[in-house]
Amino acid sequence: MRVASDTKTTHPVLIFWIAAGWVGFFLLPWYMVEDGLWSFRWLFDGYPFDEDYAPAAFLVGQGEKLWLAPLILPLVLPLIVVRRVKSDPLFARILIVAGALGFGWLIAQGFGIGIRGFNYDWLRALFGDLGDRQFGMGYGAMLCATSFLFLLTQGIAARGAINGDVFVVGAIGGIITIVTAFVFFPIAKMLFAAFVTEDGAYSIAVFFSKFFDDRLWGLGCLAGGRCGAAWNSLFLAIAVGFITTVLGLAFALVVTRSGFRYKRALRALTVLPIITPPFVIGLALILLFGLSGTVTQFVADLLGTQPTRWLYGLPGVLIAQTLAFTPIAFLVLIGVVEGVSPSMEEAAQTLRANKWDTFRTVSLPLMRPGLANAFLLGFIESMADFGNPLVLGGNFDVLSTEIFFAIVGAQYDQGRAAVLAMVLLFFTLSAFFLQRAWLGKKSYTTVTGKGDAGVHPLMPTGLSVPVLVVALGWALFTVIVYAMIIYGSVVELWGVDNSLTFKHYVTAFSLRIEEEGIRWTGAAWDSFWTTIMIAAIAAPLTAAVGLVTAYLLTRQSFAGKSAFEFGTMLSFAIPGTVIGVSYILAFNVPPIEITGTGVILVVSFIFRNMPVGVRAGIASMSQLDRSLDESSLTLGANSWQTFRRVILPLLRPAILAALVYSFVRAMTAISAVIFLVSAEYDMATSYIIGRVENNDYGLAIAYSTTLIFVMLAAVGLLQVLVGRVRIGRRTHHATEKTG
Amino acid sequence: MTEIKIGTKAAPVRFEGVSKIFGKDVVAVDSIDLHVAAGKLVTLLGPSGCGKTTTLRMIAGLEMASSGRIMIGDRDVTKLPATDRDVSMVFQSYALFPHMSVLENVMYGLTFSGFAKAEARTRALAGLDLVGLKGFDARLPSELSGGQQQRVAVARALVLEPQVLLFDEPLSNLDAKLRRQVREDIRAIQQDLGLTVVYVTHDQEEALAVSDEIVVMRNAAIAQIGTPRQLYDAPNDRFVADFIGEANLLSCQVVSVAGDMATIEIEGYRFTLPARGLGEGPATVAVRPSRLRIGTDDGIPATVSKATYVGVRMEYTLTGSFGQVFAVHDDVDAPLEPGREIHMGFAERGPVLLPE
Repeated sequence: MRVASDTKTTHPVLIFWIAAGWVGFFLLPWYMVEDGLWSFRWLFDGYPFDEDYAPAAFLVGQGEKLWLAPLILPLVLPLIVVRRVKSDPLFARILIVAGALGFGWLIAQGFGIGIRGFNYDWLRALFGDLGDRQFGMGYGAMLCATSFLFLLTQGIAARGAINGDVFVVGAIGGIITIVTAFVFFPIAKMLFAAFVTEDGAYSIAVFFSKFFDDRLWGLGCLAGGRCGAAWNSLFLAIAVGFITTVLGLAFALVVTRSGFRYKRALRALTVLPIITPPFVIGLALILLFGLSGTVTQFVADLLGTQPTRWLYGLPGVLIAQTLAFTPIAFLVLIGVVEGVSPSMEEAAQTLRANKWDTFRTVSLPLMRPGLANAFLLGFIESMADFGNPLVLGGNFDVLSTEIFFAIVGAQYDQGRAAVLAMVLLFFTLSAFFLQRAWLGKKSYTTVTGKGDAGVHPLMPTGLSVPVLVVALGWALFTVIVYAMIIYGSVVELWGVDNSLTFKHYVTAFSLRIEEEGIRWTGAAWDSFWTTIMIAAIAAPLTAAVGLVTAYLLTRQSFAGKSAFEFGTMLSFAIPGTVIGVSYILAFNVPPIEITGTGVILVVSFIFRNMPVGVRAGIASMSQLDRSLDESSLTLGANSWQTFRRVILPLLRPAILAALVYSFVRAMTAISAVIFLVSAEYDMATSYIIGRVENNDYGLAIAYSTTLIFVMLAAVGLLQVLVGRVRIGRRTHHATEKTG
Repeated sequence: MTEIKIGTKAAPVRFEGVSKIFGKDVVAVDSIDLHVAAGKLVTLLGPSGCGKTTTLRMIAGLEMASSGRIMIGDRDVTKLPATDRDVSMVFQSYALFPHMSVLENVMYGLTFSGFAKAEARTRALAGLDLVGLKGFDARLPSELSGGQQQRVAVARALVLEPQVLLFDEPLSNLDAKLRRQVREDIRAIQQDLGLTVVYVTHDQEEALAVSDEIVVMRNAAIAQIGTPRQLYDAPNDRFVADFIGEANLLSCQVVSVAGDMATIEIEGYRFTLPARGLGEGPATVAVRPSRLRIGTDDGIPATVSKATYVGVRMEYTLTGSFGQVFAVHDDVDAPLEPGREIHMGFAERGPVLLPE
């Protein structure tokens, strides 16, 4: 049957992509359509002859945009091979030539010619002034580019790469292309922006003058002044990483190694960071400790002192981030602490080590890689956090907010934003590298298939008392903070007029039922529906990209696979603010001109959240025995059919999880979003931040509370649908005492 | 430097009415009495879920008995945690500490037993020598093969010279060939040093091969205790007969009892064997496959339904109105064809009378 596929002369996939290229060139509007393609207003507005809406073929036919004409050659070329067999060397060669030529030419003309004609002086010198210009590529151009890309990959597959597997080669090519376009290209563009002088030339000196700025590296705080944002960020991140790791470990120990009864309630804490927009904690802290906060007022009354603004600055940000990221450390460490094989600890006990010795010499060293991981995660999260420093930072400048003010503030300085982003990226990438280097070498916590009948021993008493006190104290504080959020949303004006009211909810979410239907009159509805829509569009795309990537990483081997894996996981370490800055720098000019559209939000979510989908996919795919795919392949299915018929159905829980998490994360994101929103496409989080900046806390908190409950519902639905994953170990510490 | 020899302080283990209940009502071990003599190797044998591993872990102190008394030597250890018992254990998964070298693993228990560092080191090296791993001390466990890891685990337990040494299915992660070798090594070390060993397995062949005494467990209780020979030749009941080796269980009628001998009848075939306290009436007779005589002149009528040549012997499945039995025969030169009608009888020694 393999021979049969070599000799057949119909190639449905090939014909499909040739046709797609033709549709892109001859039918669809080549450039971006102002009102969006899906409004279809362009159909009745001069199409196909109007310059703004014309397909490429009509433009060329009317003698416009003649640089698109060469694309006809690679569109026609593949027709030659349609009747040929795959093993014919000409088949591969022509497809590669056509695909590379078309794709290359598309990119070259896109970068070469912009809104002011030629983009480069040497082009102008060579050809003279163009006298024409072009805007960002539209659906026609995108479809054409996709078609050329997959013609190229089919050519490469036909030459025998990855056993001639069209699907796998195409998937690799597709992922590399989009990651390059939406991760590496914007980052590179941003790096260049750091060297641009005010009149548009490149200069190292500009970079250095911005890099060695006192506001970045100043050490004034040692002498009672203010320190640079870089030192502030670094110090804050180290402190947050350390504290969250310690607290996370305390929680993990309470849950796995103590007789504490309400473990399930503690575990519920892990859901919190998923459903909480990052700055909400900051808001709650203001309600408690701000100038008119409950605790501040109470203490001031008690001691007869003036309430202070101590919260704004390092203390507030530190507390807020610790509250927000401890559950993440907990989530990481609970896996690690549970993963330490109980028989290791039992072995130590039978070897005469007492509980304390066992903990010190066996349990703790085995957890060490996990602790490092938790620390680095806390470090990266703190570095990347934007919402809390914005709300609570005061005069305490950190990199992520400085980047924002460099772009949005009065000083508008792209170069400075780029330099700050580079410094931030340097810190997070270093942490990311460290994490990989460390964990690559040693991880002791694997649940093996071997029988582990044991039970984790209890903590030594000397340890369990302080651990329990710390963990429960912090848990109580977290509960109070969340209670404050709900309470704060139904108070008239916090600290001034504490009467209960639903007016904030009414302002945000009122609606009128009229004859024509429901009128969404509340102030928040616009951003709410936009958020839901953007998140709902982004979620399936994120899941799809993530799972295909995971499939390639777990099931296929190809040259450059580790670089491929690194590239796809990299966006995890890129802070949202950096993504935001790089996206506006890269995508507000052709060839990809999507700033101010909903597309840029969707794209940013896909690549921000892709690592989540990849991880979920890898985790569940590595549990599927390879023999399942192999048997499918030997039964005559190709790799695409295997992926669709065997792997996807078995991955249903992972798909669902990836969908819900990317949906929820898209709804809570703020750091990248705040750069990318526009009047037309405002998101819930940036709307809330706007309310906070206007001191409209009531509305902000009511809206945040609503979001939390919406996302809680989404996550709850997921839990019900997927069910809980269990490790088959007994936990019956309670009964041991009855003996 | 004086030559250090691993010695022993072997002590007996005694269970008195020991029960273990998990949660509210899951009875893992139900009031068992057990005596393991000093210097003996005793195997706990039984199907999975029978309570054998729980029993072992109660000796180790990793599970605490819900009721009853556990003695090691003349010390009551019922309430003592693992740390304070003079017992060490070889785990099914070996449980070598992956972050320590082989030597550090073996020294681990010694440092907690009050040995100075230098002496702990000497003893650990002697222990590694004993299990044939001289020169491997600087390696990490991940750099050893499965069999070598297993021996490190044994050395780590041995060097403490425990009163009792416990093995929890130590061979289950080894391949078949290594299994025989390691089990012989374990038996040799145990006999050389005179250790008290309690050994858990679900493999009856392994149990028969290594044990001084076997404790067969079923449903949280002890079904029978005896030497391998006793269990094989004189099982107490159908469960033990079937679990230890293979046995054909046939319903029979005890027609007369004279002294301590009984005469049974199956489809007209009469046979005399020890009565073992049974009176007249229905009973069961257990016959090992090798103790069935086939092709005799008189006996129980049967049909050969399957004949398999396995090299050293023939294996037959016989059917009749008694049901189905499994028989082996040494004569491979003149095999019986399937479908052949024959008569079968019992060998003079071997068949055991069991209550119904």
